[in-house]
Amino acid sequence: MNERALDRRSVVGRLLRGRGDALVVTGLGGPTYDVAAAGDTPLNFYLWAAMGGAAMTGLGLARAQPRRRVVVVTGDGEMLMGLGSLATIGADAPQNLAIVVLDNEHYGETGMQLAHTGRGVDLAGIARAAGFAGAATIRTDAELQALARRLFDPGLLFATVKVSSETPPMLLPPRDGPYLRSRFREALLGPDAHK
Amino acid sequence: MSRSWPDEIFTELKAARIRQVAYVPDAGHSQLLQRCHADREMHTVSLTTEEEGVAMLAGAWLGGDRGVLLLQSSGVGNCINMLAFNQECRIPLLALVTMRGEWGEFNPWQAPMGQATEPSLVAAGVRVYRAETEDEVAETVRAAATFAFQSYRAVAVLIAQRVIGAKRFEK
Repeated sequence: MNERALDRRSVVGRLLRGRGDALVVTGLGGPTYDVAAAGDTPLNFYLWAAMGGAAMTGLGLARAQPRRRVVVVTGDGEMLMGLGSLATIGADAPQNLAIVVLDNEHYGETGMQLAHTGRGVDLAGIARAAGFAGAATIRTDAELQALARRLFDPGLLFATVKVSSETPPMLLPPRDGPYLRSRFREALLGPDAHK
Repeated sequence: MSRSWPDEIFTELKAARIRQVAYVPDAGHSQLLQRCHADREMHTVSLTTEEEGVAMLAGAWLGGDRGVLLLQSSGVGNCINMLAFNQECRIPLLALVTMRGEWGEFNPWQAPMGQATEPSLVAAGVRVYRAETEDEVAETVRAAATFAFQSYRAVAVLIAQRVIGAKRFEK
């Protein structure tokens, strides 16, 4: 790992600063804590399991809310478990969905075992081949700045951000499923949440 | 000529205001899929594996859309871990499962998952309804949709292989 690798917390903070009314879905583990650290809001939906399902949750949400930007923030291990979903989303091609992978090349929740991404597997390359035009690997501040500028623009987007494998302080957002889904739907749908 | 059970399912899905249809293709669902593809209010998504649909339809419901997952019994096994999403969050799921590995199956490799379909679903917290005959299909789908979306639970309708076999035999 490059010792100048980006810090995951500051990456997420910078990317979500301009989120406006965007909806954010997080993959289990580190990305859930990172997104919560950037500011807990009812319009964040944190996954605490369902590994491999973050991107697809984003797809269903994006199709239900075509006027909203949907951003999935997940980890490299979670994305590797759902590689098929890149093909599904690439084929379906929603224009209001962005997938950002925080890639520390390890399984951080389980003892920092090396992931395929640390052995040369190129998630952005896989995403490009699946139909995410312009899918990029982000390694520098300048590239991160450019990603932050286009993250909320219309279009299907995939970016994998190489981040340090250092583990930031644990920050636990709510994890009660019924609470998370009800507060999300109320914030998004208003009274229709209960119809 | 009486309407076929796939057409009756389509009518029930429209009545239940289903907007998103996630599927792994199955011969038993081919006629229903054609109807869904042709409907302008339904968005159909072909999956690489069935658990993608479980997550997708959870996201759809979070966003205010109702969906249905169309799959074969062999695909139920692929869904088990993802169903934690529905059970923990009490998010509705309507799944219509065409059965293999039960009535007159010729492929022995279908037998294990055919036998495991119902107990696996039950173990994962899913309510299981069965439609044993063509006549039962529509009302079973209607009851399952009501239970799923009004009671916020995951419900699977298992459509017996006898129903699908009977359909093929008529061709």
